[in-house]
Amino acid sequence: MTAEEIKQALLLRLKTIAPDTEPAQLQPDDNIREKLGIDSFDYLQFIVALDEQFGIQTPEEDYGKIQTLQELTEYVGARVKG
Amino acid sequence: MLEYRMPSLGADMESGFLREWHVKPGDKIKKGDIIAEVETQKGIIDIEVFDDGTIGELLVQVDEKVPVGTLMAMIIPPGEDGEIKETPQKSAAPATTPTAAEEAWIATEPPPMAEKAAAAEHHVRASPLAKRIAEEKGIDIATIHGTGPEGAIIREDVEHAITARVAPVPEAPKEAAPAPPPASPPAPVAAEKPAPPAQAPAAPAEEEKARQATGASAETIRMAVAAAMSKSNREIPHYYLETRIDMRRAMAWLAETNKQRPVKERLLPAVLLLKAVAKALNEVPDLNAWWENGLQRKPAINIGYVVALRTGGIMVPAIHDADNKSLDELMQTLNDLIPRARALRLRSSELADSTITVTSLGEGGVETVFGVIYPPQVALVGFGGITDQPWTENGMLDVRPVLTATLAADHRATDGSTGSRFLTAIKNYLQQPEKL
Amino acid sequence: MATSLITYRECLKQAIREALQGDERVFLMGEDVGHYGGAFAVSKGLLQEFGPERIMDTPLSEAGFTGAGIGAALGGMRPIVEIMTINFSLLALDQIANNAATLLHMSGGQLNVPLVIRMSAGIGRQLAAQHSHSWEPLFAHLPGLRVLSVGTHEDARYMLAPALLDPDPVIIFEYTSMLNLEQELQPVEGGVDISKAKIRREGKDISIITYGTGVYKALEAAAELAAAGIEAEVVDLRVLRPLDDETILASVTKTSRAIIVEDASRSVSVSSEVSARITENCFYDLDAPVQRLCGAEVPIPYPKHLEDAAVPQPAQIVSAIKKLLQHA
Repeated sequence: MTAEEIKQALLLRLKTIAPDTEPAQLQPDDNIREKLGIDSFDYLQFIVALDEQFGIQTPEEDYGKIQTLQELTEYVGARVKG
Repeated sequence: MLEYRMPSLGADMESGFLREWHVKPGDKIKKGDIIAEVETQKGIIDIEVFDDGTIGELLVQVDEKVPVGTLMAMIIPPGEDGEIKETPQKSAAPATTPTAAEEAWIATEPPPMAEKAAAAEHHVRASPLAKRIAEEKGIDIATIHGTGPEGAIIREDVEHAITARVAPVPEAPKEAAPAPPPASPPAPVAAEKPAPPAQAPAAPAEEEKARQATGASAETIRMAVAAAMSKSNREIPHYYLETRIDMRRAMAWLAETNKQRPVKERLLPAVLLLKAVAKALNEVPDLNAWWENGLQRKPAINIGYVVALRTGGIMVPAIHDADNKSLDELMQTLNDLIPRARALRLRSSELADSTITVTSLGEGGVETVFGVIYPPQVALVGFGGITDQPWTENGMLDVRPVLTATLAADHRATDGSTGSRFLTAIKNYLQQPEKL
Repeated sequence: MATSLITYRECLKQAIREALQGDERVFLMGEDVGHYGGAFAVSKGLLQEFGPERIMDTPLSEAGFTGAGIGAALGGMRPIVEIMTINFSLLALDQIANNAATLLHMSGGQLNVPLVIRMSAGIGRQLAAQHSHSWEPLFAHLPGLRVLSVGTHEDARYMLAPALLDPDPVIIFEYTSMLNLEQELQPVEGGVDISKAKIRREGKDISIITYGTGVYKALEAAAELAAAGIEAEVVDLRVLRPLDDETILASVTKTSRAIIVEDASRSVSVSSEVSARITENCFYDLDAPVQRLCGAEVPIPYPKHLEDAAVPQPAQIVSAIKKLLQHA
């Protein structure tokens, strides 16, 4: 899976969680939650979806490491199988 | 025969549009079944029944505007079957509030279909002028309350109905029920976002679609909130109390608990707060109440939880029997309620049953919430964000995660000492998270 | 006050005098109209002024002198026949209904009957059942007649002239109970329009449709209603035949409500006819059922309090309207 593929998958997932937002307009360094207005509940749903889609485990203490699209893409890329 | 009337889905609701019947005459129903969808300012609401039985007659047509309290359907209680088969066409009858005479024919020998329809039509007592204006304006005369001679609908009534339709002015219905409350400002991001999901990376915009489908717009939701809050500020003498709560134990317990759980079963701090509120209400029941001609304590603790919509406005679904739910059950309830609230797909009981409101604004970065009570409730609990702050305990200075909890309460209903006991109880429960 | 007060009686007399002065073909005939000055002193002094050929006392034979009046009209004169009180008019009804009203039609349009018949009508002077009648509906029923009701000083003064100009028979009802009533009078050039009803007071909430003695009662009621915030419009029918549908319907269309007030008993009355026309023509403008206040269905009693109770009074008009509008 390329970084771009992961990024597109992430954007799609964000759009599903928060349909009235525009994830496509996120800059790599934007704080995702702040930019899209995603609260802790939505964020939890997002993490659940990520873990299911990519088959990864995201512990709570890692939440701080994945605040931007850039960070998130790299985080998932490092863990996703294949 | 039991009567099923349009429920009030909030103090700000005057009427709703029937959009779909989920039942037809002859269908067996159980208490809690969804029998219809009604569109309100807050979206399409699934309407539940309160009785077991068999649907006898549907008295309101799809897409009719139905004022709160209007007779919508007749329900035959269990063991009183039979009539249905003889009058299978009754659903064609126009929406009228049946008089004694009409009920009589429902209950006795059913006359032939045509006569019945005519009879029902004649039960709308309205002046010819009122009927003409209503027809011109596309208003169903049967939905209008008459104030003329012998209760007839006159021009003035129709004109009021037209005015009300253009600019809904909420009154305080006697059986007012809560729905959207207070304090929460709309989610901060909403305004900047251009609406149409132009080059969205696919994914159907469920929320947006739902709104378009229901007709509930950011504007109508805004108006509903505005009406309820104006009424609150006008009528309720608020008092405010505030306390700071050390959340170290609670947060540590939560982190430890979540670490052992798959991501799907993780808990959010909100469920701890909700459970603490529920338990504190058991100790201070005067705050779990409505103010309607005096304080009316409510037996069930149904916490209205404020969900901010990104496009502005709020929805406040009720978490039923919060004190009897475990933390996991509370989390499951939130998982169910919040997406439906955002999609404007709540059930009538979820909009109407709240006995207190909780609003949690910490994620926006604020520390303290000064809430506006949602009438006819008598209290609103506000939680700010959990932030690291200096904290003294036993003469020692430390840094702790601190939460500011506030209470906005109705001074007609309770006094400061009551509110103080309540906030203190919340604080104490949050010191023992494992027991929540 | 720019204008001085004048009695209804004086208005009637001035109208007759003016007619006599203005047209040599005009003459007045009836019982006691000359030497006695009229049973109600309406023609007092006119004999001295105009002489016995134009102010003619007749024998006590309504059929006779009414028939004579018809003949004179056919012969080119413009007679004013006075029937002392309405109860005696039945004696002349054969002449009125079978001759005056029909000749134009039976002659194929060749014979107009330019006759004016004045008669005293109504109740209110304790004249008891034989002399107290509101039989306007009887005459308003007859095709071929124009039937006028003098409900105001203005009409008392200015209705006779246009009636005399009408080429066909005109019946004018005057009201004994109003003879001594004083009012201001504004001049009306060229007489009033005897084809049209008259709005006596404008209002938007309800139309009080009335005639004769009902006009001043309705105006009194409207003034009282105004104090209660109800703006009643007073429609003086004035012409009972042919009814002025246009004015009636326009008023009711505007107000959406109507109450018809008359002294005649309710059954088969002018109000029945007006009510029917309203319902026929502006049903979809009605915001309330058409209401009627009429005379009791009894021969008029002699005692004053019972006589008053036999016909609508202003207080009843007020309460009926309040009930209709405020649902009290």
